[in-house]
Amino acid sequence: MLTSELKPAEEILENLAQGERVFLVACAGCAEVCDAGGEEALRRLRKLLEEGGRTVVGGTSLPFLCNRALVSLRLGRCAQQLKEADSILVTSCGVGIQAVAAVSALVVHTASNTTTMGAFQGVWPSDERCARCGDCVLEYTGGICPLTVCPKGLLHGPCGGSHGGECELEPGRSCGWQEIHDRLEQTGQREMLHRYQPPKDRRRQLDVPLARRRSVFWALEYAEEDE
Amino acid sequence: MKLRERIERGEFIVTCEAAPPKGIAVEKALEEAQSVADYVHAFNVTDLQSSVMRMSSWAFCALLRGRGLEPILQLTCRDRNRLALQADLLGAWGLGIENVLALTGDHTTLGDHPEAMPVFDLDSVQLLDVIGKLNSGHDMVGNELDGATDFFPGAVVNPAADPLEPHIHKLHLKVSLGAKFFQTQAVYDPESYNVFAEKTAGIGVPILAGIIPLKSAKMARFMNDNIAGVHVPEEVIGELEAATSKEDRVKRSIDLCARTIQAVRPRCQGVHLMPMGWERHVPAILERAGL
Repeated sequence: MLTSELKPAEEILENLAQGERVFLVACAGCAEVCDAGGEEALRRLRKLLEEGGRTVVGGTSLPFLCNRALVSLRLGRCAQQLKEADSILVTSCGVGIQAVAAVSALVVHTASNTTTMGAFQGVWPSDERCARCGDCVLEYTGGICPLTVCPKGLLHGPCGGSHGGECELEPGRSCGWQEIHDRLEQTGQREMLHRYQPPKDRRRQLDVPLARRRSVFWALEYAEEDE
Repeated sequence: MKLRERIERGEFIVTCEAAPPKGIAVEKALEEAQSVADYVHAFNVTDLQSSVMRMSSWAFCALLRGRGLEPILQLTCRDRNRLALQADLLGAWGLGIENVLALTGDHTTLGDHPEAMPVFDLDSVQLLDVIGKLNSGHDMVGNELDGATDFFPGAVVNPAADPLEPHIHKLHLKVSLGAKFFQTQAVYDPESYNVFAEKTAGIGVPILAGIIPLKSAKMARFMNDNIAGVHVPEEVIGELEAATSKEDRVKRSIDLCARTIQAVRPRCQGVHLMPMGWERHVPAILERAGL
């Protein structure tokens, strides 16, 4: 069980151009349980976008977006609708968003923040892909998480140790910011590389958020352990 | 005259790296710096370079100032969170240190304490923003300070980075966040430096080209294998290997540095020397380069 939440409406709309044709993807796994996924999230996002002057060309709710192979397969079935789309808007944990970006050449927008992975480990290795920072920046980094893909968690491009597309830490390890750069070039979003990202609010990373501690699911998990 | 004024007047600048001691041998380290003081406008004091634990950069900067030398405080994001970075910046200003070079820092695992926790709470671009805020009389969250700093902030870039594009994007961000000068990683290939210079021609911020003298062919190969972003071309290594004696090798090395400086001089506003223990040859390098 992990916790994700929809980003504020203004933040979601800010990143979608007027008239942008958007395909929606919502996770029907953990995200649905915390109201950030499933059919209900699809409905809310569709309403938000349409009222905001964006076009929704379609949408799908997939079980466990963290399963990259499954995402590839299921999105393949939506090929017709995806052809009409300028971009994909995803609500899921950070792993699911990256799974969609990894299997699609379209711009992937981020509709949610991930605050904890809790006990759930995901199907596509999750600890190494989502830092559950609670302030998702995948929107600006081509759907590749700079906090997990760069050992320094840099937010503004590669450090001086990046060379030949490789990280300074070990030979053979690719430079995360080279990957992000190449992806943003490929999706025509070069301007993202000139965008200033303010320092992160680290509080969101430090502890299990109160919202989760107070949730029914938290109580249920601990009730089980007591029995 | 201060470094800031010299840079703003368009003078050709010479800076030199001065590493704080690993230990307390302050006199020796200060003597090394003093020995080249007549040739150098300011000294970059490294901040636990290569993640090797040493005396603090700000402390050695203050010691250099005590000798009448102008320091540039190198400040990395590796070992301090945003509180400590701001505190050290205020402390540095209090000690009379005016120049700051904002760096990300090498990763902890590359140094002599690989078990250490890497911090990286901020990155170099955000650090430049923080310096700008302190200069405006506020901390990074907007609280008013009792008096504003007036730091002269600089940043770094590797002109030999390959692929170069992501680094150029970051350089532009650093300019927009207030970098007033750039110092570069070591240059050995003037041609690739020229490609970099062309791509950065319009930034309006002076660039000081990095120079590291090669003590031997072995050192050149070691750097190629171990220092990310440094590439010494084979022809250069060949010139060192062809040396007939130790004296000849030193002469060739000095000559290589001087030729590099002459080649990049039209496309930079200064050089940044990293002598790595070869302080005694700095005068010869600069004289041969015609500076």
